[in-house]
This record gives sequence, structure tokens and C-alpha cells, in this order.
Amino acid sequence: MSSEPASALVPQNLERFPELHPALNSQSALAESNRCLFCFDAPCTVACPTHIDVPRFIKKISTGNLRGSALTILDANILGLSCSRVCPVDVLCEGSCVLHRYNQKPIDIGRLQRFAMDHFYAAKGTLPVAKTPHRERVACIGGGPASLACAAELARRGYAVTIFDNRALPGGLNTYGVAEYKLRATDSLREVELVRSLGVEFRQAEVGSAVSLEELERDFAFVFLGLGLGAMERMSIPGEDAPGVIDALRFIETYKTVAGFAVGRRVIVIGGGNTAIDAANAAKRLGAEEVHLFYRRTAKEMPAFPFEYDHSKIEGVRFHWLAQPTEIVVHYDRAVGVRFVQTRLGEPGHDGRRRVEHIPDSGFEIPCDMVIPALGQNRQMGVQLRERGIAVEHGAIPVDRPTGRTANPRYFAGGDCVNGGREVVDAVADGKRAAVAIATRNEA
Amino acid sequence: MADLTTNFAGIRSPNPFWLASGPPTNCGEQIMRAFDNGWGGAVWKTIGEPIVNVSSRYSSVDWNGHRMMGLNNIELISDRPIETNLREITEVKKRYPHHAVIASLMVESTRAAWHDIVKRTEDAGADGLELNFGCPHGMSERGMGSAVGQVPDYSCMITEWVKEIARTPVLVKLTPNITDIRAVARAAKRGGADGLSAINTINSITGIDLDTFTPRPNVGGHSAHGGYCGPAVKPIALHLVQQIASDPEGALPISGIGGVSGWREAAEFFLLGCGTVQVCTAAMHYGYRIVEDMIDGLSNWMDEKGLRAIDDFRGASLPKVAEWKHLDLNYRIVARINRQTCIGCDLCYIACWDGAHQCIHLEGHAKPAAVEASSSARISTTPIAKLDAVEVSHAATPPVRIPRVDEEECVGCNLCWLVCPVENCITMEQVETGKEFQSWEMRAAGGSDQS
Repeated sequence: MSSEPASALVPQNLERFPELHPALNSQSALAESNRCLFCFDAPCTVACPTHIDVPRFIKKISTGNLRGSALTILDANILGLSCSRVCPVDVLCEGSCVLHRYNQKPIDIGRLQRFAMDHFYAAKGTLPVAKTPHRERVACIGGGPASLACAAELARRGYAVTIFDNRALPGGLNTYGVAEYKLRATDSLREVELVRSLGVEFRQAEVGSAVSLEELERDFAFVFLGLGLGAMERMSIPGEDAPGVIDALRFIETYKTVAGFAVGRRVIVIGGGNTAIDAANAAKRLGAEEVHLFYRRTAKEMPAFPFEYDHSKIEGVRFHWLAQPTEIVVHYDRAVGVRFVQTRLGEPGHDGRRRVEHIPDSGFEIPCDMVIPALGQNRQMGVQLRERGIAVEHGAIPVDRPTGRTANPRYFAGGDCVNGGREVVDAVADGKRAAVAIATRNEA
Repeated sequence: MADLTTNFAGIRSPNPFWLASGPPTNCGEQIMRAFDNGWGGAVWKTIGEPIVNVSSRYSSVDWNGHRMMGLNNIELISDRPIETNLREITEVKKRYPHHAVIASLMVESTRAAWHDIVKRTEDAGADGLELNFGCPHGMSERGMGSAVGQVPDYSCMITEWVKEIARTPVLVKLTPNITDIRAVARAAKRGGADGLSAINTINSITGIDLDTFTPRPNVGGHSAHGGYCGPAVKPIALHLVQQIASDPEGALPISGIGGVSGWREAAEFFLLGCGTVQVCTAAMHYGYRIVEDMIDGLSNWMDEKGLRAIDDFRGASLPKVAEWKHLDLNYRIVARINRQTCIGCDLCYIACWDGAHQCIHLEGHAKPAAVEASSSARISTTPIAKLDAVEVSHAATPPVRIPRVDEEECVGCNLCWLVCPVENCITMEQVETGKEFQSWEMRAAGGSDQS
């Protein structure tokens, strides 16, 4: 089977970030698909937030019905391509495969899904466009996975949907924030084009400033909020605005989209989440001689998935536990090091996690020429929601889970701004549920 | 140590594994290599007036990623001059005097032609003759092969002609492409045959190229029906062998053919009365070397069972094949599911609901559509250690996914056990009915008092 030649926004990245998992060829996909037991009411399908009918699409691969396989995936999850590459399958579909309990390797579901999706895009596959246009219009704010999924589902049901995104390229974190060896920005943009092909309109505009919610309410019957999270949390320590300090999301976005971006020789990453690990791995791939990741707790408490941690060790990232930064050391107006204090874990706090305590007089300094803080994204909404009657609690929008409906019945929400920051597949599931709710509510 | 030496209808060989007449026995060089690998005998690729073959010649059925579950061929008999084949028979027998060389023969249906070929073949040193009344393609259009084997009188007549002058044992190879194979077996026996070989290949079209619409194998845009063999045909061959072996008017020593790939299949043919087995497809697939495990596996199995020779168990399963009307209507088994080993695939559940008797249930006794609807309505979220105190465990099957059998309703059909991918997870267990043996024949004769 032919697949499209790989491309990247920054061509050099093709070499620096070869794919983490090689694609299956058609014969290995056939053999793997034949291993699937075709479970009834399959646990992999239940585990998938978008409930892709996994045995069904795998069976179709085994019969050579590759378009049917891809459509089975896309019917459930319009971002089937990116999900096949970025999903933490170990804790989702593959983690629930019954073969685990039979002393056998689980089915390679992620790569089979990717096989079907690669074939779909290589064959310039299209989805049927709705024949009966609906008179109601829906606005989706934010161009990330939640909005794309919501827009696609509504468009397929005939609604006129406009996605408002403040970035030059739509796709949200799929375009700007995923490690290049997992998902290339160009693949994310192929999915954007698929959504556009369904009739969805994309507008680059900052909602809240360029366009107000009141204006949207005039022009659109419903508004879906797929706002994502805010900028990365600040460390709130001296020196963090010095040149040489770049937060993980900006770091990832820059190397993915800007040619000639130079990484430091000795890089310090601060944080223990998946984004910290993505940034650390990337720094290594971009040519840093040493990459040191510091986390204030230990490997056991690290929020990153275990397989991400394992992979990072192979990449050559060095991990340091129980250390918290207190100052960025600045010399001649550039970051040249980080001062840390050693920590220990005390009694559990109100969130159930053991508190971090500083050990007095334990400060130490590590020289470096680049600091990448990765402390997670803040929860500041860019738009004034409360004045439109939409509640915001602890930086998240509370919704009715099965429908995504907010306190204001004309507004629906999903993705990171609702769930606090989970996976692409969770955002897709939220967006699709909201779309179904809008459609059924409207048609009832 | 089991004794595998064989005397089959007077033909001796060091073991009962013979190569069947076909591409692996095309010439002396091949057959000698086969004997070096351990084969006990070989039936020479059918000798007759040389033919011209087409290309291509074979096609196969793949199943679930496995190649050649079934093989089909449209190759004809030997394309080599008769003298060449006979000269090589002499040479092989000189070098391998203790191995069995059986000449498969097919000539035009005249007494003179048969007398001539039989005499020349025996003079060359063959240990026995196999009359090819089975080849289903090409030769049958010229009045030979299965064209003979499908008419009992012709089979009987030609067997008689051969027996008039043959000095070595004569085997008749039977075609399965006939309504009742026993008719030809009986005819061969009437004609004086010393043994039977069964079965020859089955008429087949293996498949069609969905791009060109040409069936396979493709010979310049056309195809012809061929003869089907390989693992897929074993059940058909076993049944036909049993039919012949159980028929007093047709029973003769039988050389079993059809889907033998290893010692297990061979043992099955012996249990239904065969004295030797013949192998072709498996040797075409993997080479002569497969015979090593056939010999080794059969010997180990026989040792384990305390069997010293094939005659100790040959035909032992024949009394266990009965007509349906003699089966016990009061014998009852039910399915039991081992909750410890069940992996929760629920294939037994859907098989029972859609393909059997709706007596396997999931919690709440929901019908399949309701089970699926309840799952698709569930909201699943990626578990994230930071946000959720969850551990993903592969260890135990969730109890809701382990089905239960309603033993009152279970008819003991075996389907759930057949579809279960886990060995010994579903077992079929006998339950006491307290009723005496009653067959359909008894019930039909004796009224309905026991129903």
C-alpha cells in the first residue's frame, strides 16, 4: 500500500524526529488484524472515550475493506489519525484488550488504526457531505480537537458551523503542542482540511476582543466553547523572564513551526508531566548535549505516563528528583543556571498527594544555557463567561457530562476547559457529545 | 518404542508415511531425497502417455493469515516419457530396496494399453501399482481419471484387465467427486483390487480475482476447475474413508489421503482403518523434512498410549461411528464456564444468542442490542494518574463480562466451547438425566412413553 511522503512544517524535523512507532505495512497489518478475537461488546471500544468500534474496524482491515475501516473510525472520531498517534493506548483500548488475560500481547490497536487512517488520507479519502442543510448556525470557539469534533459532527448533520481560532493555523495543541515524533503539524492540518471539507468555516479571530460573545449570540443559535487551557503556569521566581527561559509549550510550538530554532547546549526542564517529558526529549533531539529534568517529587508521584518516562530515559534525558527551583541565575542578561532547593515529601495534603517540604539550607545551583519550565497550563479563560451566565469553577466550566451543556442553555463546552486537561480523545468525545446534544435538542 | 514398519496389501515399507502421487514424486532424484528425509514410500507421479501442462497450475485458499489452507491444481499426469520414469524406478529400487515405490498409472481405456503399461512398470521394479481413477481435471475430459472412477462398471472392468497380468499388489485410487464412493469401492473390489487409495482431489474453483474477475489459477485470462486438497479437505476425506471401511462389500486395505499434514491427522486416518497415509500438499508447502515429526510424533503418541504397532489401534474408531438413529437421545451435556480462566471476550455469549439457543447470559439477562447500547452510552475518560486515583489493571476479568450458562436451557450443542479462544475455559459436562438409553429408532418403534 502506498502512503503519502512524510512532510513537516520544518523539513529538518523529518530527520530529527523520526516516528516513534514505525507504521505497519499491509502484510503485518493483516496478520495483526487476524489476531483480534472480535470480542462482543468489546472492552477496547468501551475504554475509548469516543467509543470507536475497534473490532469492527480491525475486521475490515482483515477483509481488505480499508475505506470501510477508516469510515468506521471517523464516524466515531473525526480525529482518528491524530488519536492513532497520540492516544495513550496503554491505558485505553490496548490496556483493556482481553488478550492481556491470556498471556498474550494485546492487539496493536493504535497502529492498526493508523494503518487505516494513513490509507484513507493517502487515497485522498473524503467523507459524505450532508445533503439537507440545517437553517441553524453554530459557532465553535477555539480551533482545537474539541471544537473540530463538535463542528464535524454538526456539519455532517447539515449545520452551518464556524470555528473561531486566534492562531494562524487551526488545530490547537494538535498543530502546535504535540511532540513532532508523535504527530506532525502537517498531519494535524490534514485533519483540519477534512473538517473543512464537510463545509465547516474557519475564521481567525480572537473571541472576546475582535468578536464579542454578544455578537456571536446574534449570529449563531448555539455556541460551543472549546477554549482549551490558558498559558503555562509561571514559576514565580526571580529571573524567569530572562532570555534563555522558554516555557514548554512555546518551546514545542517554536521548534515545530520555525526553521532554524536553536536549542541550548545544556538544558534544564522543570516539571514532571507529559509535556515536560516531550520538551526534554525534543531538546535532546534538537541537539542539546545534556538535558536535565528536575521534579519536586519522585518518579512515583510524577504525573507523566510510565511509558513516557521510560521512553525519555532511552532518549538520554537525566532525571533529578526532590528539587524545586528558587531562582533563575541570570548573568549578562541571560539565564545561565537554576538555583534549587532540595525537598522532601511530608504528610498528604487536601488533594491526597504528599506535600512538598523544603529542606533548609539545601540550596544548590546547576549551570545551563536554557531553562524550560513545564508546570502545566493555567486556567484563565480568555473570554468573560460569567457575564453570559456561564459558571466557571476552579478555572473549569461545569457542564452536564452527557450533553456538555453549560449553565447557559445556548452554550456548550468541552475539552480541556471542562476537564482540566486530558487527552485529545477526551476532547473529541466532549465535542461530539455536545454536537449530538445540540442536534437532538434542536430536532426534538 | 513403537514399531512403524508396514505391510500394506503386501507392499512393505519402513513406515506408513508415503508421498502421494503428485509434484513431490515427479522423478527419481526427488523420490530418493524424500527417502533420505525419512519417507517410507512414494507413489510415483502418474505415468502414462506424456501430456503438455499449462502455466499457471496451482491456486490456494488462505485463511486468517495462514497460507494454503486448501490447494487446487490443474496439473495433469507426468509430462515425462514413460521410458524415463521406468528407468528411474529401476534406479530408485536398486538404491532403496526396502522403501516402497508404487507406480501410479493412467492410460487410455483399452485392455492392450493397460496390459502394456502394467507389464513394463512391474518389469522396472515397482512394488505395487495404483490405478489413477481419480484425477478430476483435464484427463477426465479425455475419458481417463475420474471419468473412469465415476462409473463403477468401468472401474471394475479396468481393474480386472490389470489383475489379469499384474504380479504386484494393485491399488485403486478413488475419486470423491461421486454421490456414493462406496459404489466404486465395491466395483474395485469386484474387479480384484488388493487395496484402495482415498481420496483423490475434489473438484474446485478456489477463488476469483476481484480485479480481473478471472478465477484462479489464471491461464491467460481463463481458468478451469481443478482438484482441491490440503488441510481443508481432511474432514471430507475422513468421512469417505469411514464410509468405505465400514462397508463389507467394499472394504479393502485403505491408503488414506486428504489433508494429512502431520502425525495427528495420520493417526486419525489409522483410527478409521487406514494402513498407510499419503501426503502431498504439506510436502509441497514445507518440503520433505515434515516427515520427521510425523514419524517422531506418531511414535511418541503410540508409546504414551501403550500401542506397539499401527495394527494395535487401526480401525479402533470405526465402531464409534454410528448412524444418527442409533445415538442416545437421553445423553445430556451442558456448557460450564470457568470464571477463573474466562478472559471476557463474550464470543460465547453472542454465539449462543445469534447462532444457538439463547441460553448464555450476561448480568441482568440483557439481549445483545441492550448490552451494546448500555456500553455506548457510557462516558469513558482517559485515566490520568495526576487527576484520578486509578490503576489500570490487566489482571482480572470484570465479573460483568463473565457470562453464565442457563443449564436448564442449554442444549449441549458445543458452539460456545468451539468459539471460546481459551483452552479448557468452557467445558461440556455430562449431567445425569436418570433416563435410560433411547435412540431415535427405539423411540420411533416404541411410542412416546419416555419423551
